[in-house]
Amino acid sequence: MTTRRVNDFTIKIATVNGTGSASANTLLMKSIFRSGVPVMGKNFFPSNIQGLPTWYEIRVSRDGHVARSGRVDLMVALNPETYARDVKEVASGGFLVYDSTWPRPALLSRSDITVLGVPLAQMCNERFSGVRTRILMKNICYAGVLAALLSLDLERIRGLLGETYAKKPQLVESNMQAIQLGYEYARQHFECPLPLSVEPMDRTAGHIMIDGNTAAALGCVYAGATVAAWYPITPSTSLMDAFKSFCDRLRVDPETGLRRFAFIQAEDELAAIGMVLGASWNGARSFTATSGPGISLMNEFLGLAYYAEVPAVVFDIQRVGPSTGMPTRTQQGDLMACAYASHGDTRHVCLYPANPEECFYMAREAFDLAERLQTPVMVLSDLDIGMNDWMCPDLKWDDAYRPDRGKVLGLEEIRKLEKFHRYLDKDGDGIPWRTLPGVHPKAAYFTRGSGHTQFGAYTEDSADYQVVLDRLLRKWDTAKERVPRPIIDGAGSELGIVSLGSSDSAIRESLAVLRGRGVAIDYLRVRAFPFGAEVERFLAAHRLSFVVEQNRDAQLRSLLTLETAVEKAKLRSLLHYSGLPVSSSFIVEGVLAEIASSAAHPQDIAHA
Amino acid sequence: MTFITKPKVAHPSLPRNALGFTRRDYEGALSTLCAGCGHDSITAAIVEACWGLSLEPQNLVKLSGIGCSSKTTAYFVSGGHGFNSVHGRMPSIATGANAANRRLSYIGVSGDGDTLSIGLGQFCHAIRRNLDMLYIIENNGVYGLTKGQFSASADVGSKAKKGETNLQPPIDPVLLALDLGATFVARSFSGDKRQLVPLIEAGLRHRGFALIDVLSPCVTFNDHEGSTKSYAYTREHYEPAVLADFVPREREITADYGAGEASEVTLHDGSRIVLRKLDADYDPADRQAAAAKVQERMSSGEYLTGLIYLDASGERPEFHQVNRTPEIALNSLPYEALTPGAKALEKILARYR
Repeated sequence: MTTRRVNDFTIKIATVNGTGSASANTLLMKSIFRSGVPVMGKNFFPSNIQGLPTWYEIRVSRDGHVARSGRVDLMVALNPETYARDVKEVASGGFLVYDSTWPRPALLSRSDITVLGVPLAQMCNERFSGVRTRILMKNICYAGVLAALLSLDLERIRGLLGETYAKKPQLVESNMQAIQLGYEYARQHFECPLPLSVEPMDRTAGHIMIDGNTAAALGCVYAGATVAAWYPITPSTSLMDAFKSFCDRLRVDPETGLRRFAFIQAEDELAAIGMVLGASWNGARSFTATSGPGISLMNEFLGLAYYAEVPAVVFDIQRVGPSTGMPTRTQQGDLMACAYASHGDTRHVCLYPANPEECFYMAREAFDLAERLQTPVMVLSDLDIGMNDWMCPDLKWDDAYRPDRGKVLGLEEIRKLEKFHRYLDKDGDGIPWRTLPGVHPKAAYFTRGSGHTQFGAYTEDSADYQVVLDRLLRKWDTAKERVPRPIIDGAGSELGIVSLGSSDSAIRESLAVLRGRGVAIDYLRVRAFPFGAEVERFLAAHRLSFVVEQNRDAQLRSLLTLETAVEKAKLRSLLHYSGLPVSSSFIVEGVLAEIASSAAHPQDIAHA
Repeated sequence: MTFITKPKVAHPSLPRNALGFTRRDYEGALSTLCAGCGHDSITAAIVEACWGLSLEPQNLVKLSGIGCSSKTTAYFVSGGHGFNSVHGRMPSIATGANAANRRLSYIGVSGDGDTLSIGLGQFCHAIRRNLDMLYIIENNGVYGLTKGQFSASADVGSKAKKGETNLQPPIDPVLLALDLGATFVARSFSGDKRQLVPLIEAGLRHRGFALIDVLSPCVTFNDHEGSTKSYAYTREHYEPAVLADFVPREREITADYGAGEASEVTLHDGSRIVLRKLDADYDPADRQAAAAKVQERMSSGEYLTGLIYLDASGERPEFHQVNRTPEIALNSLPYEALTPGAKALEKILARYR
């Protein structure tokens, strides 16, 4: 039998998409969050609008772990199509709730778990009328069952419904009826609460539950972005939707209805990035959001922006590739594609946020860097960060912040100039001065992707061409000093973990586990490309570093070997590329297996 | 070819415009195109039009894609910023630039390859958005820089320099623009400066998307016998339908038009276009009739030229009217007008608790 597990378990809910289960899941998660208990929700959904299997995982973690645990303690199996695999997934000693309107004893037989049948459909069919309403209410009804099983506060749930349906109060009552149905049934038929239960804590004060796309969009609003251009693509679309909805609330003149932003749905990603370049070149903070296929399409323009030195901010919400891949699953598969996007010698500044909080701050940083360095800056989030709700510390804003618009000559400075030369390295940092159209004829220059001299003129002269190309390398060195520094946890161990982005939460949890088992191990999280001196030092200082990343081809490891002095043999990959977010247990097992095998064959590590 | 700077000397007696500038002040770098290229005549017409409009050079933004035509933005108005982008993608650069600052004049110069093949999508969508810009196609029916392949505007039966005959039907930018709802559609010929200059002036002043398709023979790869885009063929087969005279707001109409011959259209900035119909039955305000006429003439191998269609009513909103942007350029809004501030953030976060 299960031991009592208060505030430390994982629930998984298996339903069919398009049936309203998302609101039930959000309701459950928020009510746990409002009890002061750290919680995480991850949505595994199909690339489809209605009728296909979808899962939602809620992890309740008193210690504040926000990664997947890698186990399921309570399964709510409401999709007969996936019963077989859902039943299998429940951890030994766990629980399974299913709709017993249609009893399935054979399929659901497992002696090591407790099966709880609730006639959800039957109850809702008796209480509600209308096909659509019955389906929706069935999903709200299971939230009531869980509320009883986990001892969630009904008044808190009512309060949340009131907020959700502030404009439609009649929905609060019908939803509450369904909740009550499930709640009462569970109380009458099962011993409530289960050994898994929620007890109020005070660990969520000063925190919010937000997804990375919303946080990034908010960051763009605060950074002063005015021109947003994009082509819809999962999982980046909600970033643009959020930007527009924030701007509609915060950037519209109440009297005139005029909008202090331009929002352009482009004809494709090629046009989207072109619009961003045009706007940035013309002095507006401008950005786009896309995913892998869009990055592929944007390559040519990214090369132009690199060479002609036009700022741009691109959010890449990575999804599973190659090609169309699995659009609603997560991956860190665009690391190489972004770092070296486009033909010829190009390298791009990339930022790697690990969670929604960092999406917010890195959005601002991306604009500052893009304008300071006059180059595209790509922010590589992913579906897990972008579309799942994460518990994060409150976002803070310093009203003293002013955008770094970089080296842009104003009218007075131009007047004093004898002549303006666009690509001349006057300050020795590899960053030239630029001017904006419409200011002064003396400052006009010709932006081109063809060979140009440091004075901005067309050239096919080898020496003139190389002067500019070499200066771009000096700018790259400047970038190394300006991009966000890595986060380092621990020092002096022989073993290290190197990773980036959304793998962070799983790694943090696995560090606690590993260290708890006596494994001395340090951790470095890369936050930007180019890598700086600290990354170089960390790799040099550790006998073996595990490179944890969510792709098949070890792209971060490749980047590290290409761009630092580290020996390839000192980097051991732990690769997770199933499309689901990496779990802490995957990392713990990977590290322990390596330690065990090197203890058996110590020479392998030295000579691998 | 390296960059060649033209010496800035001007004869003191050269005429000056309202800003005190001579035509030389609207020139650019020396053209590197072939001697006799139609594109150079168009460049000269643009210089003439900008001078005539007394445009502040820095207020002209010049955009282009890739190809012979796209090089020409370097050859006029060196006081205006230029952006020579990538092949077929100039409209998106123009859209972003215009979104950031609606207070400048945008001129895009493209070719038939840049517009009708690789750039067809962006061209169509710029029209759909009714982006406020003048879009000039320097149309020679051939790929010049890659030495003589047919472009998508080559006529059926037209012969390439090496003898091959084109069998695929052309895409006509004028018909396309009419179909997509463009509000200013013109066709001209690089060899007819009298017709072309006022069209450019009017196109720059028109609010919304203005297209001028300019037949511009390629002397090197498409000026031979059997070509339907040669100088000789174009001269013989182009048929002006409506002549347009551009009259700035501050100027009186001085030309003497015969009774019933001319009609006047006022643009949003108060300047006027005087239309003179050479064919009494032709109505440049009727989109469908215009398209029918273009097609009818085309089927007999003739190019209908002039201001083929004009809608200056302002009824079709241009890009910024759709977006509801203020008159002030977005790129000049102070940061304080854009950031909601720390207090507002606390309120926003309440939704996420």
